[in-house]
Order: sequence, then C-alpha cells, then structure tokens
Amino acid sequence: MAIFLTSESRIIIQGITGSEGRKHGARMIAAGTKVVGGTNPRKAGQAVDLGGTTVPVFGTVAEAMAETGADVSVVFVPEQGTKAAVIEAVDAAIGLCIVITEGIPVHDSAEFWAYASDRANVTRIVGPNCPGVASPGKSNAGIIPADITTEGRIGLVSKSGTLTYQMMYELRDIGFSTAVGIGGDPIIGTTHIDCLAAFEADEETDAIVMIGEIGGDAEERAAAFIEANVTKPVVAYVAGFTAPEGKTMGHAGAIISGSAGTAQAKKEALEKVGVKVGRTPSGTAGLVRELMRG
Amino acid sequence: MDLFEHEAKELFAEYGVPVQPGKVAYTAEEARDIAAEFAAAGHPLVVIKAQVKAGGRGKAGGVKLADGPDEAYVKASAILGMDIKGHTVHKVLVAEAYDIDQEYYLSFLVDRAGRQFMSICSVQGGVEIEEVAHTSPEAVARVGIDPLTGVDRAKAAEIIAAGKLPAEAAEGATELATRLWAVFTDEDATLVEVNPLALTTDGRVVALDGKVSLDDNAAFRQEHERFADPSATDPIEAKAKEKHLNYVKLEGQVGIIGNGAGLVMSTLDVVAYAGEEFGGVRPANFLDIGGGASAEVMANGLEIVLSDPSVRSVFVNVFGGITSCDAVANGIVSAIGLLNERGEAVSRPIVVRLDGNNAAEGRRILTEANIPVVEQVATMDDAARRAAELASLASTGA
Repeated sequence: MAIFLTSESRIIIQGITGSEGRKHGARMIAAGTKVVGGTNPRKAGQAVDLGGTTVPVFGTVAEAMAETGADVSVVFVPEQGTKAAVIEAVDAAIGLCIVITEGIPVHDSAEFWAYASDRANVTRIVGPNCPGVASPGKSNAGIIPADITTEGRIGLVSKSGTLTYQMMYELRDIGFSTAVGIGGDPIIGTTHIDCLAAFEADEETDAIVMIGEIGGDAEERAAAFIEANVTKPVVAYVAGFTAPEGKTMGHAGAIISGSAGTAQAKKEALEKVGVKVGRTPSGTAGLVRELMRG
Repeated sequence: MDLFEHEAKELFAEYGVPVQPGKVAYTAEEARDIAAEFAAAGHPLVVIKAQVKAGGRGKAGGVKLADGPDEAYVKASAILGMDIKGHTVHKVLVAEAYDIDQEYYLSFLVDRAGRQFMSICSVQGGVEIEEVAHTSPEAVARVGIDPLTGVDRAKAAEIIAAGKLPAEAAEGATELATRLWAVFTDEDATLVEVNPLALTTDGRVVALDGKVSLDDNAAFRQEHERFADPSATDPIEAKAKEKHLNYVKLEGQVGIIGNGAGLVMSTLDVVAYAGEEFGGVRPANFLDIGGGASAEVMANGLEIVLSDPSVRSVFVNVFGGITSCDAVANGIVSAIGLLNERGEAVSRPIVVRLDGNNAAEGRRILTEANIPVVEQVATMDDAARRAAELASLASTGA
C-alpha cells in the first residue's frame, strides 16, 4: 500500500509551466509517476513538455481533476500566490495537496490550514516548504531524488529535506515504503503524528524512522503518541544540539526560544517512550539496520 | 526579525495602541534634552530604558526612573554601554513615567501545536510569563484564535475576561487588544507581546513595553526593511546576506558549508561531538548553500567562511540529491580557482565529504584536481572528526 501515495496516484502540478514545475515534473515522470497534467490560469488549453511526455495545462484544479481524474496536486506556485493555490486545491476537494514552495508567510500557512480544517480536511496538506512524498518504485510527488534509494519496508517522516535524502541513501539496501518530508515551518499540514499513525496502519511498513529538529514541541507530542498508539519499532534522529538560542538556522521553524524546543528535550522525550535516538545520521541508520536485521 | 522596544512601540502607535510618549537617545546628552522637553511640558518624571533585544532588562539595571533632566543624564550615562546578556546598550528610550496601578500581560502568537494563532492573557504581568505559568498556571489564559475569523471586539473581550482582568481595565484592554491584533496580522508578525500592560492610576490602559517579532518570509509584502539594524548584525553575516547566503556566525573554529538546513544543522552537531576529542573545537558557523551548489555559490560560501579569522579548518559536507556530486566537485575545484584568481589564496585545510548521486565521479574529480589543501573523507562522521582534528592542530600550532 505505502502511505498517502501509491502507484495508482494521479498527479497534477500547480505551477506546471514554471521552471521548477517543469524540471521536477519531468523528474517525477522519469521515476514512473503518473503526472497527468497541471494548472496555470494564464496558460489553460496549452500543453507542456515534461522530458518527452506532453501533458495538458488547465485553468483550475477542479477542471484538471474533472478531465484527468487527478487525486494529488503538487504545488510549485511562488510564495506570493501559494495561499491562493492551496485554497483552490481545497475548494476542488483534491485528496492530497503537497506544497513544495518555501518562504511562505506563516499567516498564509495558518489561513490555508484553517480553510482546509473548516472543510473537514478532505484535502490532506503536506508542507509547506517540504521536499514532498515518495513511495519508491511506485510514485514520487515533489523534489525527493528518486534514484537514491529503493523500495522496501521502512517508513520515514522528516522535517528536513537533505537529512531525508541522506537517510534514504544510507538505507538504500533495505529500502522504503514511503518517505514523507513534512517540512520545518512553524505551521505545517501533515505532522509527524499523522505519518506515524499512517505507517502504523500500513501493512507494507515494518519500522519507522522519524527525523526531527529544534523548535516547537512536535517531537515531544510525537513521543506521547508513540507511547499510546505505535507498536512498530521507531528510530529517531534530532538535529540542532549545537544551535544557539534565538538564531534561525535556515528553516523558519528551527529556532529555540527560551527553554522550549531544544534538541536535548526532544531526545529525552523520545527515549523515555522507548524510541532509539541516533547521535548522528549514520548512527541512526546503523540503529535501523540492526533492527531490520534483528 | 525581532524589533527593539522603541520600534515595537512606534508600530503600536501607528495602529492606535496606547503607549507612553517617548524618544530614543544615543547619548546621555540627548537623554537630558529629551527629559528637559518632558519637564517643560509638565512631566519631569521619566523612565530611561536600555534598548537591547534581550529580556530581563529591569533585573540587569537597564531600566531607571529619573526626576528631571540632570538625573536623566546621570541614569542614561550609567545605562549606555552596559552589557545585558551579551548585548551592549547603544541606545535608551526616554519616556514619560506613568503612575501605575496594576500590571497585566497580553500577547498574540503562532500556536504551532494547534496550527492556528493564540492569545495569552494574564492578570499577573510585569514578570516573565513563563514564571507566572509555572507558579500560578490558573492565572494564565490561553485562548485559541481561528486565523480565518481573527479577533473582533467580542473575541477580544473573551480574551480579556479569560485573563481575569478586573472590570475597571476590561474596556480599555479590550480596545487595546483589537488594535494589537491588527498589528499582528497587518504586519505579518509572529509575536506581539505587551508586558506589562498597565492600568494607570487615572484609569487608562497602556502598553508599557512592547516586543514584536516579524516574519522574514513576509518581506515581499511588508516594509520591514525600515527596522533592519546594521549595527546589531555581525559583519560577516551582513556580507553573506548581500550574497544571498544563509549564514549564521557561531563561536567555534571549524568552518561549515553544507546543502540543506537540516543537514547543516546536523553537521554542526557532529562536528561539536567530534571536537570533544580534540580540545573542544566547535563549529564556527552555519552555512547552507542550498540545492544547486554551483561553482559561484561554492566560491562565495568558501570566501565568507574563510573571511572569519577564527576558522582553522573547513568542512564541506554535501549530499548529492538532485544535484549530482560531480557537479558539486567541479564547483569546489572552480571555487578554489576563483578565490586564487581573486588573490585570496586558500591556505587553511578543507575537508570534503561527498555522498549521494554520482559520488564516485565527484570524488574522482577532486582527487585528480590534486589541490593540496583539499582532503576527502568518505563518511560524514569521519570527515567531521578529521576537520575537528585539523582545527585543533592549527590552534596548537602543530
């Protein structure tokens, strides 16, 4: 099954005519993903070439869904227009909307999340500022490199893009059911907990790797969730032990204020509920390897 | 971006949030002149407040009352130049002192866990809210705010009531809260905090202090640049910003360059662990060169990192995801060439770890380039160790 994204997923790209949309659209298709079209209200009716495959451009998400049967959208629309793009996807009631765009004001993320919540979260939002979702061998929606890993039975959820890639690469011999980059912004759609619950229920996932970083208390809440609800083994890694208070380290959410959100507090909360926490990314991969070879 | 108190209050005033009249002084003479203006207007009592972006100014002695211009001069002289939690005081706010009856707390912020906004309100203000939350949690009200409906008058009244503010302050505090909410939303703030929110003896509700954090991601639709503070920015950070590099100066000796915020943060940790074995050397900076890692970006990154004189070795930690490692390797080779051309010959050791897409080819390119200062190590953990070791050797002069 994998989670969120399967070989049956039919994907459209919002912002398909932009350079990022075209580049990654072509990469998604090369990875075997069913990219069925895209949107740009100013270029509706045209077609766009994605590395040799021609797909149609629609004016709206609703039209694209009606014409192609799309059930997933990947958003590359620049930050000025991202909120409107996500709200359009929610209005069209698409099942999954993956927001790759970075640099979105937190007031915009708060609004589109509230908008989706008001509509019963029919649309699952992943991101913003995330690398996307990849179910290796099945489908790849976003910017995660498809060729760094293989299909397998580890589920991965991560706040960080490159640490996701690093982990997928280190464990490429074991392979992944699905990797979800949830993004490191202060307000995100899909959380660690959502992914943990989905992996727990997924028959194709045997173990879960969770990558966190400083800021907020998502990891602490995930630890409480694991204790109550997750029977599958979980291995974790937390980045940012050396980050100083009050300095933003790249991700808008990765900032320590006061005593809250430190890497140490997150590590302790996870270890307290029996999650093994690696000291380095490679050390974490080593823990997973031990577990899978049991 | 965090604002100084006086900037926060200027913003408050624009939105009609009541604040004390006040002006900024950079010297004791200016403070005296401002106090003289207040005295001439019939308000000889002023408060002199250190302007630093740190809490606990009062405890540190950075807030003093002064009666008249001469006392303002003396008090401002004592506060200017003070160090408060590592921040030197370069300016003070001289404001009309009010007779305060009671002190409360009010803020709007991003509720990460609830994926919405939140107001915190308490009848106990004037002290750190974390402390109040610890000692009397029942006195701290947390009220969730739907981003789509925001804070109207009814919602503001609900917040003030939840904070248990007394009847005599409720009307003024409710009005102030609606205006403060406008600051929060219209300015794309991630935090607006008033502590203390004061009830004066003559019955007015006033923001005696102000803390505002603005969302850097909203720069494209805001005029936040007017609050930029070049004096507070590290000179290397300023230079990095000009080159659109995501750089944060730290206190250590190992320069760090990597791609992706999470990987770079992780690299800092791994270097700090490795440094424990080598006399406690630590990462000198955070630098994320992003996904592309072109020769020019790599050259700019190396130049920035090497411009920090405390850097004794550099660790370039790149995972080739979308960009493959051969392109990154070419970037490193041309970067060092570019720097040599610019007359900034690279002499400090550079440890490179390339992994991911096309890593073998990338490593081959670096090996063939045969650059004496570049040393390749296969794994992130070993490379961090080597970079820490080289930094410690350089610092002992070995």
